[in-house]
Formats: sequence, structure tokens, C-alpha cells
Amino acid sequence: MIFALAVTAIVVLALLWEVLRPAIGRRIDILRANRARRADGEGLPGYDPGRERRAEQRARELLKSCVNDEEWEMYRDLGFIRVWGGESGDAEAVLSRDLRGAPYAYLVYPHRPIVAYLPQTGRLLNEYCVEFPDETRPYGSSRLPDSDDVLAKWMALKGDERRLISEANMHLPGRQIDPKMLQRDIWRLGRWERERLERAARRHVVGPAD
Amino acid sequence: MKFLRMRPGYGEQLIAEGDVDLAEDEERLVAEFRRQLEQGMWAAIPVKNESGRREAEMVRAFEDIPRTTDRVIFFPRAAGGAR
Repeated sequence: MIFALAVTAIVVLALLWEVLRPAIGRRIDILRANRARRADGEGLPGYDPGRERRAEQRARELLKSCVNDEEWEMYRDLGFIRVWGGESGDAEAVLSRDLRGAPYAYLVYPHRPIVAYLPQTGRLLNEYCVEFPDETRPYGSSRLPDSDDVLAKWMALKGDERRLISEANMHLPGRQIDPKMLQRDIWRLGRWERERLERAARRHVVGPAD
Repeated sequence: MKFLRMRPGYGEQLIAEGDVDLAEDEERLVAEFRRQLEQGMWAAIPVKNESGRREAEMVRAFEDIPRTTDRVIFFPRAAGGAR
């Protein structure tokens, strides 16, 4: 009886080995290859969420130190910044000719297209798809932290709007960002600005009594 | 004057620092500025206008940087995104 059980166990183990051997072999090959790549200093370093968080934190500090207070608060509270068009000192603003002088602005989101619109009416004008890829890929990615991407767009729009827009791929609204979301963001921005003004007015009233 | 460069996975990195009034430092900064532009970077300086609003200026040559500027920010040049 014991002999029969032992033989059965050996047969089962042998069958299992036959079934699992290819998968185990493949796994061992992968581990060896990874070890060899690490030894050669090749391969991409693993994704480190802590590093990405620290990078974003640094980028937020830099953004805060460069933009105006209300733009920083807008980004912090709403997740995007509005930048007025035609401020970069061009003799002729990028869109003004088409708009016959009507003021226009851009919504700047991290890693999404820049959206031009008319603040007076909320009409969406264009999407400008633009990236700032760092091809040196220091940690395997060419993508800047979110707040650095926003700051790069802000500086480029402020400093040379025409150059940035000419590098971008222009599309009609709705290509990448849902127009309903944009309309909602424009509405949120309006409400945010009203509340901010009200807070400032209250402070102004309360202030002299302090 | 400090040169900062935006890097993926890092945020900004200090890549050079020096006193533009010292010839040796200025030479080093000029060389680094050119090197960054040759690598395809754009350079911008944060500024304040007369009304105190913060703005930015893009600079294409070291000579365009006001000598009182405390930092120059380099970032990868723009490229058209998703088609």
C-alpha cells in the first residue's frame, strides 16, 4: 500500500514537473536577463512613485514662484491656469486679427492641449496640441512633471506666444478635450473669480477695523 | 545667476550658478547657456513688469539676459502634440 502511494506521488510529481518546466525555465531566463542588464548598467530604472511625487512637489514650488498669486491659486483650486492672449508684446497678437480685437485667452492644463477661447462669450476657438519632450529621458520618460508642463506653457505663451502656437498642432475644439468639460471649467473659473473678489472685498471692509 | 533645467522625474535641476560680474563665471555661464540651446532647450526668465505683474521673457542669446536676472529656466523646446 505504501509502495503504491509512493509510486503514485512520484508519477504525479514527474507529470507536474513536465507541465511546469517550460514556465519555470522562461521565468529563470527573464530573471537572468534582468540581472545581466543591471550588471551592465543598462535597462530602465523601475518606476518610483516617491521620486515622481518629489519631482511634482519641486515643480509646484517653481511654478508658484514664477506665476502671479491668482494664477497659482487658480491652478491649485481648479487644476488649470487662464493666460490672456496677445500679451507677449507681439506687434500683432496671434488671434487678434481674426477676432477683430476681441480679448481672447487660453486655458492651460498639464499634459493636455492648450485651449483658446473668448472669455466674454465662452466660445471655444481652437485646441493647440503641444508637448515639451525631453529626449534625454533621465528616468526613462520624456514627460515633465505636471506643474513643469504648465509652467513651460505659461512662460512660452507669456514670452513668445506666436512661436509656441506656431509649433503646436491646431485642431478644432473637441479633438482631445471634451467641450462640455471645457464649458464647465469656464463656468467654474467665473464662479471662482467672483468668490475671490467677494473675499477680497470682505477683507477690504474688515481690514480698517483691525 | 542660477541656471535651472526642468527634468522629467526630477523637477528643476540646478545646472550652473555664477556671478556675471566675474569674468570666469560669466564665461562658464555663457558656455552652459549655449550648450543648453544646442541640446534643444528653450530658455526663459521670470520678470516683473512695471505694475508688479509676473511675466516671462524668452531669451535666445546670453546677451539678452538682463544682468540683474537671478534665474534662467531651461525647458525642452515645444513640439506639436497628438495629431
